[in-house]
Amino acid sequence: MKKFFEKIIEKIILLNGFACILFVILIFFFLAKDGLALFKVSSPIQFFFGLLWNPLAEPPQYGIVPLLLGSIMVTLGAIAISVPLGLACAIFIGEIAPRWMREILKAGVELLAAIPSIVIGFIGMTMLAPFVKNLFGLPTGLTALTGSIALAFMAIPTIVSIMEDAITAVPRTYKEGSLALGATHWQTIYRVTIPAASSGIVASIMLGIGRVIGETMAVMMITGNASVIPHSLLQPVRTMTATIAAEMGETVIGSDHYFALFAVGLVLFAITFVINFFADMALHQQKK
Amino acid sequence: MKRKALSLMCFSILFTYAAMPATYAARDMIQIKGSDTMVNLGQAWAEEFMMQNPEASIAVTGGGSGTGMAALISGTCDIAESSREIKDQEMEAARKNGHDVHEFIVAVDAIAVVVHPSNPVKQLTIEQLSGIYTGKIKNWNELGGKDQKILALSRERNSGTHVYFLEEVVRMGVEKGPEQFAPEVLMLPSSQAIISEVSQSETAIGYVGLGYVSDRVHIPAIALSNQGPFVSPTLETTMDKSYPLSRSLLFYTGREPEGTVKNFIDFVLSEEGQEIVRIMDFVPLR
Amino acid sequence: MKPQTKQKIAFTCLGLAAVVVIIPVIVIFVILIDKGISAINWQFLSTMPRMGMRAGGIYPAIMGTVYLVSGTILVALPLGVLAAIYLVEYAKRNWWTRMIEIAIVNLAGVPSVVYGLFGMGFFVIFFKFGASILAGSLTLAIMILPVIITASKEALMSVPHSFREASLALGVSKWQTIRCVVLPNALPGILTGTILGISRAAGETAPILFTVAAFYLPRLPKSIFDQCMALPYHLYVLSTQVPNVKESLQYGTALVLVGMIFLLNLVAIIIRSHMRSKKQW
Repeated sequence: MKKFFEKIIEKIILLNGFACILFVILIFFFLAKDGLALFKVSSPIQFFFGLLWNPLAEPPQYGIVPLLLGSIMVTLGAIAISVPLGLACAIFIGEIAPRWMREILKAGVELLAAIPSIVIGFIGMTMLAPFVKNLFGLPTGLTALTGSIALAFMAIPTIVSIMEDAITAVPRTYKEGSLALGATHWQTIYRVTIPAASSGIVASIMLGIGRVIGETMAVMMITGNASVIPHSLLQPVRTMTATIAAEMGETVIGSDHYFALFAVGLVLFAITFVINFFADMALHQQKK
Repeated sequence: MKRKALSLMCFSILFTYAAMPATYAARDMIQIKGSDTMVNLGQAWAEEFMMQNPEASIAVTGGGSGTGMAALISGTCDIAESSREIKDQEMEAARKNGHDVHEFIVAVDAIAVVVHPSNPVKQLTIEQLSGIYTGKIKNWNELGGKDQKILALSRERNSGTHVYFLEEVVRMGVEKGPEQFAPEVLMLPSSQAIISEVSQSETAIGYVGLGYVSDRVHIPAIALSNQGPFVSPTLETTMDKSYPLSRSLLFYTGREPEGTVKNFIDFVLSEEGQEIVRIMDFVPLR
Repeated sequence: MKPQTKQKIAFTCLGLAAVVVIIPVIVIFVILIDKGISAINWQFLSTMPRMGMRAGGIYPAIMGTVYLVSGTILVALPLGVLAAIYLVEYAKRNWWTRMIEIAIVNLAGVPSVVYGLFGMGFFVIFFKFGASILAGSLTLAIMILPVIITASKEALMSVPHSFREASLALGVSKWQTIRCVVLPNALPGILTGTILGISRAAGETAPILFTVAAFYLPRLPKSIFDQCMALPYHLYVLSTQVPNVKESLQYGTALVLVGMIFLLNLVAIIIRSHMRSKKQW
């Protein structure tokens, strides 16, 4: 009897193990079900290459290009800020800081990760946007740059923690060999440790990108949401995520606009899937 | 073994307990969904009505007039609040789902155009506004103001205020006209955000419901055409329709109102309900 | 320049970078306290909002978040721990296992608004749960699953093999070994993961936008099929939808949310460092 019971438990455990695969498939399926329905009424070329996103026009225009570029611009800006900062911080935590400082810094980074995006959006809207506006003398502080700055701080914890893992995973023998040959600690770091940890570093950048491109509430409140093709960081942009969050409520379930938003969601899912897939491969590579 | 059995039991009890009132919950709560312009008004009405009728239960959710319409069509709300009239295709969709749509005008609102207090422009015509928002007019000096690029702010597309402005101002009254909001126009998530931006930005222009204006912004007078008259939005000019951008605020129901829904709508249309309209800085029906 | 000098300069810069990274945490906390503390009193935390949310308290939002998070953990914890048990104790290093790991990484990376879309399409519409605590909790549960699985995995893996081997050598079955030997020792790590999952679920807005959040409910939800208010959505609403809200009310709400989350995270951090130092093996 006990054996039977045990077999059942093990089957349940097995099922749970595969649950994650099931969920990923489910998410993809439900996004595709409604997202691909758009292409019954609107051609894929119009969607992927259309330069105008205007669902209320007659006829409605569902071109994803301004949204895609908006997301990309904010992401690139955020990565440009967060990668150098994150790398520097990770090196400091992993190689230089004394043990007591290391614990405090790691806790600090974790707390940074814990701040909800709505709070970052709120503070960004009330404090960061006016600051950017006054700093650059812009007509408005609701720009891609403001979004990039706020998002950089949301991506930094991801980047720091993975980079730090990668750095500490570098075998001590590498370090000791370098120091034995007369190199200073710093020279060892940038000539030996960092290159050895490179695939982990690359993975962390990719995961940081994935984190930023998927961010919703913060961008919705501070990037201005203008569906222009962005020319510079100092102007408002509209991201894919903000579009979905802002417009979903108004669509009638089963309408073209509804399908279009699911299509945008599908594109987002595909992008993050690809990014995460390759990041995981890079991390797996590093472990070997 | 005993501990596991106990926790399994607790689990199942919790779930049955949770599921039990499920059948009741959906029935006794009135769901009001829709216009963000009206959501505070709706909530003020709900609060007062529930104080006078303790058995009643009213939930208010925003999301935009479009959200309310979508909920009306799917049957997931009792009352849809809307700051614009229902569209033909929405009416059709509702009818197809078996709903018998009823419309109630519950208050009046004015759309105030707002600019920064330092902006010298004190009056605008509908045509000029259309030009600003379609991107034809790009600089304040074309309107007699300073030599500065105009920063146009708008509500998001899910907002009834947005749709009203699109049809009455940008398209100058022609519902399905060709004009669009220019891509450069910023879409902010709320009237509150528009006021906030405009009060901080000298070159900005935006539009909000009258209930949202504050003394942090200036309100130019609006005229239908160059000959005028240029009218400022106030309680009086909205009530007597001399202000060109006044609109009705509406309730839509999916069937003939009965029971608590009917009582609520009666309350809203009564003297008391209309006094609340006034308190919330909207315009009462009379 | 001597290499030693270069090193000093480099290390100072790196240290500065670390400071820059940590500063926002302190700054945000200070700003929230400075502008929000005046609104925090027992009334604020325990009464319903009044006057169109411009006065009164945020009690229903706090309780709504509590309900949502409870529902989320109820689903995610067993699912996540069992999945981690499978991965650590039963799975062989084959292609399937690799797929599961990739799936977990992907679930962790899915944007929160996409979870909102999925939750709406799957739980609200397909299963016809409607916008409800049930739909919201299930959506959030899938979202925090990777957090729980990863933390549980690490916790299980940190239990020395010798424990398992000793138990099996004594004739105890595999499942019993897991239940009586491995799990209890992995509990602190699992607990940490759970707390981090809770803090994540409590702070998310996008997944609950279309699946559960309500602007104003006159009373607390009576069942899991009801909508509820929630702290992050309430903050969003106070800062964007309601006109002329006192600044202190907005910051106060943000402070309550952040305070709650910081507290949860600090507890998790403390448990973890305590665990690390107290390890008996």
